[in-house]
Amino acid sequence: MKSLQQCAKERILIIDGAMGTMIQRYKLEESDYRGERFKNYHSDVKGNSDLLSITQPGIIEAIHREYLEAGADIIETNTFSSTVIAQADYDMQDLAYEMNIAAVQVAKRAAEDYTRRTPDKPRFVAGAIGPLNKTLSISPDVNNPGFRSVTFDEVVDAYYQQVKALSEAGADILLIETIFDTLNCKGAIFAIKKYYRDSGKPELPIMISGTITDASGRTLSGQTLEAFYISVMHAKPFSIGLNCALGGEQMRPYIEELSQIANCYVSCYPNAGLPNTFGEYDEEPHETAHIIEDFAKEGFVNIVGGCCGTTPDHIRHMAESVRPITPRPLPVLETTL
Amino acid sequence: MNTPHIIKPYMRLSGLEPLVVRPETNFLNVGERTNVTGSKKFARLVREGLYEEALSVARQQVESGAQVLDVNMDDALLDGEKAMTTFLNLLASEPDISRIPVMIDSSKFSVIEAGLKCLQGKCIVNSISLKEGEEKFIEHAIICQSYGASVVVMAFDENGQADTLQKRVDFCHRAYKILTEKVGYDPQDIIFDPNIFAIATGIEEHNNYAVEFIEACRQIKKLMPLTKISGGVSNVSFSFRGNDAVREAMHSVFLLHAIKAGLDMGIVNAGMIQIYDEIEPQLRELCEDAILNRRDDATERLINFAETVKAKGKVEEKSQAWREGTVEARLSHALVNGITDYIEADTEEARLKYDRPLQVIEGPLMDGMNVVGDLFGSGKMFLPQVVKSARVMKKSVAVLTPFIEEEKAEYVRINGGQIKSAGKILLATVKGDVHDIGKNIVGVVLGCNGYDIIDLGVMVPADKILQAAKEHQVDIIGLSGLITPSLDEMVHIARELKRQKFDIPLLIGGATTSRTHTAVKIAPEYENGVVHVLDASRSVTVTGNLLNKALNKNFLEDVKAEYVKLNDAFRNKRPVKQYLTVGQARENKAPVDWNNFQPVKPALLGTKTFTDYDLAEIAKYIDWQPFFIAWELHGKFPQILTDKVVGVEATRLYNDAKEMLQRIIDEKWLRARAVIGMFPANTSAADTIMVTAPDGAEFPLEFLRQQIKKAPGQPNFSLADYIAPKSTGKQDYIGGFAVTTGEGIEEWLEHFKKEHDDYSSIMLKALADRLAEAFTELLHERVRKEFWGYATEEHLSNEELIKEEYLGIRPAPGYPACPEHTEKYKLFDLLNATEETGIILTESLAMYPASSVSGWYFANPQSKYFGLGKIEKDQVEDYAERKGWPLEEAEKWLRPSLEYDM
Repeated sequence: MKSLQQCAKERILIIDGAMGTMIQRYKLEESDYRGERFKNYHSDVKGNSDLLSITQPGIIEAIHREYLEAGADIIETNTFSSTVIAQADYDMQDLAYEMNIAAVQVAKRAAEDYTRRTPDKPRFVAGAIGPLNKTLSISPDVNNPGFRSVTFDEVVDAYYQQVKALSEAGADILLIETIFDTLNCKGAIFAIKKYYRDSGKPELPIMISGTITDASGRTLSGQTLEAFYISVMHAKPFSIGLNCALGGEQMRPYIEELSQIANCYVSCYPNAGLPNTFGEYDEEPHETAHIIEDFAKEGFVNIVGGCCGTTPDHIRHMAESVRPITPRPLPVLETTL
Repeated sequence: MNTPHIIKPYMRLSGLEPLVVRPETNFLNVGERTNVTGSKKFARLVREGLYEEALSVARQQVESGAQVLDVNMDDALLDGEKAMTTFLNLLASEPDISRIPVMIDSSKFSVIEAGLKCLQGKCIVNSISLKEGEEKFIEHAIICQSYGASVVVMAFDENGQADTLQKRVDFCHRAYKILTEKVGYDPQDIIFDPNIFAIATGIEEHNNYAVEFIEACRQIKKLMPLTKISGGVSNVSFSFRGNDAVREAMHSVFLLHAIKAGLDMGIVNAGMIQIYDEIEPQLRELCEDAILNRRDDATERLINFAETVKAKGKVEEKSQAWREGTVEARLSHALVNGITDYIEADTEEARLKYDRPLQVIEGPLMDGMNVVGDLFGSGKMFLPQVVKSARVMKKSVAVLTPFIEEEKAEYVRINGGQIKSAGKILLATVKGDVHDIGKNIVGVVLGCNGYDIIDLGVMVPADKILQAAKEHQVDIIGLSGLITPSLDEMVHIARELKRQKFDIPLLIGGATTSRTHTAVKIAPEYENGVVHVLDASRSVTVTGNLLNKALNKNFLEDVKAEYVKLNDAFRNKRPVKQYLTVGQARENKAPVDWNNFQPVKPALLGTKTFTDYDLAEIAKYIDWQPFFIAWELHGKFPQILTDKVVGVEATRLYNDAKEMLQRIIDEKWLRARAVIGMFPANTSAADTIMVTAPDGAEFPLEFLRQQIKKAPGQPNFSLADYIAPKSTGKQDYIGGFAVTTGEGIEEWLEHFKKEHDDYSSIMLKALADRLAEAFTELLHERVRKEFWGYATEEHLSNEELIKEEYLGIRPAPGYPACPEHTEKYKLFDLLNATEETGIILTESLAMYPASSVSGWYFANPQSKYFGLGKIEKDQVEDYAERKGWPLEEAEKWLRPSLEYDM
């Protein structure tokens, strides 16, 4: 079977689309989220999508399969919030570890099935590592700008546990995504490096995907794109890229910039346009695909997919659009000034 | 197009912005004043916890050209880890400082690591060394690497500092091999500090230190070309402390030579470097001699010269031009740039300039904040800057607050009574959202305007918001959100407010919120006031209106009306696919089980006319609430009579009304006339009711059907659904009525006009309207109980009648359930209404006198009021055919209901 690196050299890889949008289609109620096991749980859990890997693995697997069917090479595990910090919202921090394990298992089941069917197009499972609901660089209290609601050590501990679970359960890639505070991301990188030092296992490829929040071209924590990339370069990632907050069209200048400065592969999985007044995404699959196709033709990208509002249809259109296009070549890294 | 990019092995650092060290970068200034060992002022500020002033020191460094900021907290009296953490966290919220990378400077590794945990950018650690052996060195290097920091390696080994050329080069090379080979450091992330020592100390061995350092630079760069070299430049002139002129000249000369040899960066006070070419030639010559160790007497000659040079005053290079503007301009500048240094003095100056302290807030401060809002809105400022501006605002307000309080106290002393807080406002960013800048600004601005702000922070779940609202008995709840899922959460909170029976207004704000969304999605969920607030400055007007009881009701009514309009406008724009064909709609009619329903035959078949009904009897049925609304006094009756704000006025009005009503009744100012009738009827088609007039003539009444796609189980209503179809074989009936209490009014209106008595004129019109409605209510009750008699057992109070708790309905042509007005002709024909009551239909189907009501009676217990909503062209075409009209005629009469553009 071809390795991820080999595949990336040969073609533009497709990463899947939104999980949340797909879960919404099932119109799940509190009782569905709880399942049998948590039917008497002491707090509301509706909306805790990551719990579904445990209580509704069939739904999560079905969604993975839709994306694999649409042509995704890489599927993301349903673990965006599977950390002790994020799960504290639901008082489910003790389940965070198990969520990661369960999520990798369903994703792997689907991915391995598709790899069997199309051995020349192996499928990979990326363990999704989300940004947390607490920020290390921004004070939640305007009167006390030096205050932080979480410490770096707490963030590292939370991510360490997630990385350990994702890795042990057999994820192929670690994907730190939707980064709006670079220091949180640095906590995740620190945790990854520490875990692999401690375990002595070979490090999994790391994908890093930041979020430029608006037209200012900066992350929420105020960094420019290049400053952000420089801040995470030490992870020696397999790829660097952008996702969420913007649609492909708005992402264009940043993806272009990244394609010039990145010494690794470049990924891009935008939202399906900007949300309308109701927070819904209207961009049609062919529209998103058209934008992505342009990125590919320009030689900006190596890995493409979708974020909020994208569906298997978007991914299918995208996959078909970029199939004939050669990926961005890795840059030449010079060794002299 | 797909040629690979070339990436050079430059050193790359970052704060909020990147710093790429290219060959042409020449020399990086590392700001040194934020160093407790080097700056007494900074040390004192940190020790005394005056961090904001300490930040000003940092800002001054950036403004005078520092490209990297050295931060050092190594002071015996300080908890270094804590001071480092506090300072760097504060620094993170100062974007004009944190845009540059930080150099964490400490001899204690625990302090370095504390610093590493605070910096999102790629920083420099200053320093690690082989002082404690290779193992410790590797351990520290791995940690630095895990944080992505570049490292300064001091030229030390286990035995001490490198003080010769050879030692400098050897120590550095040894460290290099360990870092690149054992730890895996990129060479460009390694910075050597080969030790700059003081020269011209009078000790002969020191004279060659600068020369050796410069040569070491040359050799290190040759051996390890990608690495960088740094040094504490001011060390070199240490022996001339207090003589800045000489020191500045020495620095310039030293740098000139060291940079040529490979020095990349230096810890230096950017304000302490003289421009080489501008150094007084004699001094320059003497410095050259000393630095390059060209003469044995160089030190002595430099010392002699130094004594003749007057030390120049410390030069602050920061631009202070803005300090020369007007106080308003200065306040604005401070707000926009987030500068707190002068805010207190400037605020005080403004306070003395303006008549009242509040005017400072409402004037220059709000103006400044508006500039901030505009810049933020247009993407020219970003998040942390706005937070800072809010902070400046708060500081300024804090200066003013005691004076505002004093003013209030003074007011109380003179006028007595007490002044309460203008109101309590709860603010929260909703669950799942961390964005609260806008909310904070709103909080500040409202706080400035005298409101008590209870800010619950970010990611606040609905139950916590509601609980806090109850606990603090707040007057208003304000919700904020920036990300799109917050919109749903706001809808959820509105529903919860309704469910938990709150009655306070809800404000909606934040970047993704919009007036349309608020109108369409949130306002319909909560009827006690939902207002979208565009920005902080608007929030003051809005809360002012909401919390002023006299204004509140009108304001909310206005907003509500506006939102209903927006809602309608939006719904009108809904895509075509949301509608059913008229055929599909008809298949989804209101389900009435005709097999198990027997229509009640009316006791009265045909019409009955009332020519002069007892007004006293009618008056008992008056619903007073609309009467007060007509007078723009909004509120529930009778509570409005005792309302704290409008109660007195409402009671006065009510008394006047009752007095006039009594005269109307006693002196028979008005005549109540009506005709009612019940007629055999069955539906002959889906939306057509075939009615038989008393003279035996049959004619069709045409109705319209809702066409919007409904949720499963929800019928598409038509009034025709409530009459039994002919096919059931069951005889059904429909009723009609026309009522007026307007006859005789003109004479009295004329009378009041002559008297210039508008008050009585309006009063009479309002009362006549009420009487017409009351008469309608009265007759409907008699119809149900007596003339039709399908509800003989009904016993409802007037209040229950007003709430429409009876069986059956009385929809009027031209109103929501049957909006097409021309059917009124058929109603009037059936009833012979014009002749029986004197009501005339104008060509636009309005009734004259104005105080008249007409409509249909439906007796079916399932019948209910509904709004037709928008209809599609297929139904309009069908309707035109039924009416025997050209399509254009149908479209003209149905225009407000058309889903499509004509």
